[in-house]
Amino acid sequence: MSSTPSKRYVTGADLSSRGEPYLWSMGGALALGLIMIFGFLALVAWNGFVTFYPKPVEVLRLKDGTLVAGEPTRSEMYRLPKTELDSLDEQARKSVQENKGFGLRTLYRTGNFDLYNEDFVWVSEFKVAERTEPKNMYFVERTEWGPFIGSLEALMVKGEKLTAGLLTPDRLSEEHRKAVERRERVKGIERDEMGAINYELDRERLALRRISLDKGKDSPEYRDEEKRQDGRAKQLQTRYGLLQKEAESIKREDALYSVVLKDIRGTEKTLALSQIVRFYPANDLTFFQKVKVYVSRWFEFLTAEPREANTEGGVLPAIFGTFVMTVLLAVAVAPFGIMAALYLREYAKQGRLVSLVRICVNNLAGVPSIVYGVFGLGFFAYILGGTLDQVFFPERLPNPTFGSGGLFWASLTLAMLTVPVVIVSTEEALAAVPQSMREGSLACGASKWQTIKNIVLPKAMPGIMTGLILAMARGAGEVAPLMLVGVVKIAPSLPLDDLFPFLHLERSFMHLGFHIYDVGFQSRNSEAGKPMVFVTTLLLIGLVAVMNATAIYIRNRLKRKYYVGHF
Amino acid sequence: MEAKAHVDLDNTETIYHPKEGGGGSILDIERFCLWYGRAQALFNNTLNIERGLVTALIGPSGCGKSTLLRSLNRMNDLIAGLSVSGTIVFEGKNIYDPDVDVIGLRKRMGMVFQKPNPFPMSIADNVTYPLKVDHVTDRRVLKETLEGALKGAALWDEVKDRLKDNALGLSGGQQQRLCIARAIAADPDFLLMDEPCSALDPLATTKIEDLINELRGRYTIIIVTHNMQQAARVSDNTAFLYLGRLIEYGETNAIFTRPRLKQTEDYITGRFG
Repeated sequence: MSSTPSKRYVTGADLSSRGEPYLWSMGGALALGLIMIFGFLALVAWNGFVTFYPKPVEVLRLKDGTLVAGEPTRSEMYRLPKTELDSLDEQARKSVQENKGFGLRTLYRTGNFDLYNEDFVWVSEFKVAERTEPKNMYFVERTEWGPFIGSLEALMVKGEKLTAGLLTPDRLSEEHRKAVERRERVKGIERDEMGAINYELDRERLALRRISLDKGKDSPEYRDEEKRQDGRAKQLQTRYGLLQKEAESIKREDALYSVVLKDIRGTEKTLALSQIVRFYPANDLTFFQKVKVYVSRWFEFLTAEPREANTEGGVLPAIFGTFVMTVLLAVAVAPFGIMAALYLREYAKQGRLVSLVRICVNNLAGVPSIVYGVFGLGFFAYILGGTLDQVFFPERLPNPTFGSGGLFWASLTLAMLTVPVVIVSTEEALAAVPQSMREGSLACGASKWQTIKNIVLPKAMPGIMTGLILAMARGAGEVAPLMLVGVVKIAPSLPLDDLFPFLHLERSFMHLGFHIYDVGFQSRNSEAGKPMVFVTTLLLIGLVAVMNATAIYIRNRLKRKYYVGHF
Repeated sequence: MEAKAHVDLDNTETIYHPKEGGGGSILDIERFCLWYGRAQALFNNTLNIERGLVTALIGPSGCGKSTLLRSLNRMNDLIAGLSVSGTIVFEGKNIYDPDVDVIGLRKRMGMVFQKPNPFPMSIADNVTYPLKVDHVTDRRVLKETLEGALKGAALWDEVKDRLKDNALGLSGGQQQRLCIARAIAADPDFLLMDEPCSALDPLATTKIEDLINELRGRYTIIIVTHNMQQAARVSDNTAFLYLGRLIEYGETNAIFTRPRLKQTEDYITGRFG
């Protein structure tokens, strides 16, 4: 039996009809995607996690005799300009020339901005004569002017000078703890308690102005109110005066405690003890002490307010702002998106018009977010907010209340931005509910609405939640539109406080995404802000991940409820 | 065996087998036609459903038996572009009159579908669902209905200890009996069954058939089935539909033993289908 191979057999052996090459390219595409994602996460995580770990302080004696003390941050190769090459001594020039004109240089964080007018300095490797790590070098974080790097000479307590012999570390940290307490107390008085009185005075003033606007200045109501307020204002002013005195006495006491610092070049600097945030002998730390510094820095980062144009301190207001905004966004977007999708899928007559609406909704998801920002500012803040101000807060004009960007408008703008995501996913979830289930319910004599409420919506809920999660993730990471509708560099107060009505939706707020932009690209010293960019990015990713994980947890619970033992 | 005539599709006259006695008519279907858009699915079907008996609708796939069944509780209303003519008279009123309360009508016609479709909730909630949509909240009534319906559907002994469990955890046969329980919980006049055993194994099928036999008399049952033996076993009357026309209608015994037309005989003996 002999036969030529059939045509069919030949085509079966053809490369294009076999799956392998495509399988490889598909796997490759997936691998590339995963590498990018994990590479990105690893970069952010590594940079974010090492930032707060205390680094040693190196003291360099250069060949020309100058001294430099600082934390080495990074090194790079660079091509020496001709003039610099010519000024070098014979030996150094030779080594550079061997390296094809390249030399190694290191960026040192020297701190002491008040003395040197710069925080960072590049030091070329071939200029260094000697490199040491002396144990008496301190890294001192201050409330102003950035860190100080130098030695700690003496502690002044009530005019008495405690120098090396009398200055034990315990005594120092004890006095520092007290000084920080005093600083916090002054801050508490000046910002919270006096702020509350100011707030109340302002409210009284506005109430009076309101009456004058409604009834006129000659009305009896106005005079009554004026009289009542006179007494009240006096009372408040007395309290204000008392607080002021207390703050001043604390400040006077505080001035008695100071430290004398000396930088590497011998310049002495006297600093109030309470201006020091944290200090440590950078080259004389055990591992345990380093971890302590690391933890205390993370704690400050997560729970304190920013200092030094956001490059130092914490990001609590930004965390809070991001969180509240995302929650408000979800609260606003869920009902609108779900109701719109329900109408489109369950009630509207499926025809050309509905298809057109659907296309428009899908296209809305592709509009650049800054356009939403402009719309939010123009429509929400200026038109809606301006009208609200005129109707409800005429006494505050011309100062806007709702008439400028704020938490509420930002949330609504983002809700608008993300509503297409919710509509599309809700529609898909509704379409995935089997027809047999609807029929079962209708056959039981349920009306259409009862069927939707009792059967369709619960069954579609996990899919709807997925859409909400996507919307939240997108909303939490959005920055561009927020810059127009309420996010600021530094917010004077949190949107939530102990003053009625507690949640102040009209206030501007801080946001982690904008914080990254501000710290990294808008600050005085981008080099100092760089590590903070990574830490803040890490935090933002973490926050979004935590919020999504919560939503996914809720969704999975719902799923478990509806999908038990599907055979 | 005598030679039998073929159907003349252009001029169909239904052949009715004569019958004595019976339960009296409860539903009069008169020259009922139905169109999906422009395609006509039912042609001039005329038959009376007898009270308290089991009527089987048989016929090859696509012959319109499910369509006819779903016309009785107006489930076909969900389909866009549907139109009908003729009448279906229930208690002296055409159910396709514009002033008919469709929801009320469906409450009197319990329906069981081809695939078990329990709702994703507990067994108890599934059975009391028809009461829930009527806003019945009296716990005693709910409990009695639950027990009565589950006993009626021969499921009580199997699930009485796990009424709060999710209904989707039941087996296919149990799910179908749960759907029957749900249908009879509303205390309907009819049970419309659309191939209720086609997704079940033989054992579960037997249980459903036993159940149908038990329910006979309490409800007027109309069952669509592809299974000739099943139709012969459970039904009192049988209607044979072919290409949207009602070909023969009469006592099951008569149809199965003395079919008048060739198509009917071929179909019930399995020569085509």
